Amino acid sequence: MDLSSINPILLVASIMVSATPILLAAIGEMVVEKSGVLNLGVEGMMITGAVVGFAVAVNSTSPALGFVAAAAAAALLSLAFGLLTQFLLSNQVATGLGLTLVGLGLSSLIGKPYEGIKSPTLPKLDIPVLSDIPVLGRMLFSHDLMVYFSLALVVAVWAFLKHTRAGLILRAVGESHDSAHALGYKVVIIRLMAILFGGACAGLGGAYLSLVRVPQWTEGMTAGAGWIALAIVVFASWRPGRVAIGAYLFGGVTVLQLNLQAAGAAVPVALLSASPYLVTILVLVIISARGAHAAPASLGRPFHASS
Amino acid sequence: MIRLEKRPQPSKLWTYLTPVLAVLLTMLVGGVLFAFLGANPVEAIRTIFWDPLFNAQFAGFTRPQLLVKAGPLILIAIGLSIGFRAGIWNIGAEGQYIMGAICGAAAGLAFYPSESFLIFPLMIVAGALGGWAWAMIPAILKTKFGTNEILVSLMLVYVAENILGSVATGLLRNPEGRGFPGSRNFKQWDAAHNSDLIANTGMHWGVVFAFIAVIGAYVLLTRHVLGFNIRLTGEAPRAARFSGVNPARIILICLGLSGALAGMAGLFEVTGPAGQVSIDFGSGYGFTAIIVAFLGRLNPIGILLAGLLMALTYIGGELAQLMLGLPGASIQLFQGMLLFFLLAMDVFTNFRLRIGKREAA
Repeated sequence: MDLSSINPILLVASIMVSATPILLAAIGEMVVEKSGVLNLGVEGMMITGAVVGFAVAVNSTSPALGFVAAAAAAALLSLAFGLLTQFLLSNQVATGLGLTLVGLGLSSLIGKPYEGIKSPTLPKLDIPVLSDIPVLGRMLFSHDLMVYFSLALVVAVWAFLKHTRAGLILRAVGESHDSAHALGYKVVIIRLMAILFGGACAGLGGAYLSLVRVPQWTEGMTAGAGWIALAIVVFASWRPGRVAIGAYLFGGVTVLQLNLQAAGAAVPVALLSASPYLVTILVLVIISARGAHAAPASLGRPFHASS
Repeated sequence: MIRLEKRPQPSKLWTYLTPVLAVLLTMLVGGVLFAFLGANPVEAIRTIFWDPLFNAQFAGFTRPQLLVKAGPLILIAIGLSIGFRAGIWNIGAEGQYIMGAICGAAAGLAFYPSESFLIFPLMIVAGALGGWAWAMIPAILKTKFGTNEILVSLMLVYVAENILGSVATGLLRNPEGRGFPGSRNFKQWDAAHNSDLIANTGMHWGVVFAFIAVIGAYVLLTRHVLGFNIRLTGEAPRAARFSGVNPARIILICLGLSGALAGMAGLFEVTGPAGQVSIDFGSGYGFTAIIVAFLGRLNPIGILLAGLLMALTYIGGELAQLMLGLPGASIQLFQGMLLFFLLAMDVFTNFRLRIGKREAA
């Protein structure tokens, strides 16, 4: 094995790129879960975002338009979940699974003509001064806009939940929908908005995969990223800062195992490829063994004004 | 103003009516989808639902396929439904299916080229144990640490796929296969071949076991105290605990049972229709079985019918791909939509529609 072939500067840079899609999806899902809704359809919304973003970017040659379209398409898909769970009071676990299956089918249907095409690339921001710093500049300050957007989104979500009235209401709905309803808040509308936000974020994450990280469309390309995003929310105990840490941790594992494979490490390839999933399980076990359950109290419970 | 009023008890009529309505609605919306894809909707629906069974020209080839596809779907869905009844969400059946196939195939191949009649039963047991062991991982993690079984069982699907890729190109690779990936072909080894029991019917051992599972699940859920406890755990967990039901035991039984059934389904598939352990062995049956379980209302008889219907959409989908040039993925979307519409229609089972203003309480 030749470890010297791994360049630490490139390693950190690629960790940031590989963490971004999971981070976007996870921060969106965290807001959804904070409002008391468990949407297991992240994987389906992500892959829909990936294919729609890719298709629009290729046809319009504008990656920015691709990201917008991806967010809109995934939000639309999440609206279906929202209508089913909030108005028709369907089981959230089953509906989320259904959303994933629909998303996977829809994406491979849309994506067929786009296989093997290269997408227009998102320009890298060369932040003046900062990106000229030796080592650190290339590591941290010469990425594309979405990397910084995802980090800004984490801060924004944190500030929203912690320091705004609307954020407080959202958390109240998630902790006790009956009390929030009694206080006159529109539980269903608030949850629907949270679901739409989560959908849009998952769509952005998916588009980042197909437009920047890979950048290509292949069927089933999210390969469980949406599910890992769900696991990260649990790992993070529903806190924005920890969501970011979790996403970067998994980005790190993914990049590291790819680098080790390339360097010809004396570990079976199957074990390395499976390592992100194994680490997810390990982390979930550690978190649940510590008993640090900070889940919103109404998470996954259906709300009907009559009961 | 339309509003919903909770029924004191779920409506019996709507419980049976919703799957039928969901299928009709899916056909309707699917027809629109097919029209967008440039096919005649009526022709497309007929190709999917009618031609595989009754077309004079090729129904002879497609009819046996119905049982071949329905067997694994029903076998897996029966196991899943018992867990779903108890509120235990095993969504990693695909992984258990793959591990069952690998373990069963490995146990058989260890004795190659023996022609003993014990080979096949041994492989079935090994397959069931493989699936069971893979499902025990989320089960034990849930009972010991309270880890979410949905996420763990799903993560293990990806791990199983990696193991499959590894053994198909390494451990179980056919030594006489000139270096091509994939194990020995079980179709050329009589002692391990899961052939049609009655020629050209598609009726292999997996289908027989699926029927046995349907009967077994029916007896368990309606006649046995364990089935009652499983249902009780799902519908009223607190009441179940007060009446002395051990939740950990229910989790271990439900996950173990669904894992063993999925593992057996994998073994029957690898020794029969698939023929060998290959990289692309995982076919998505484990995920489609989730739809089958819900479409069958988590009821064994319902699952039997739903499994046959879903098998029909698989075959019809392939036919539509061949005859009308519809993309293969459209059938996957079609199946997903079916689950979605079913869940949406379910509102009528639990609620009554009331039109007009709410009366003052």
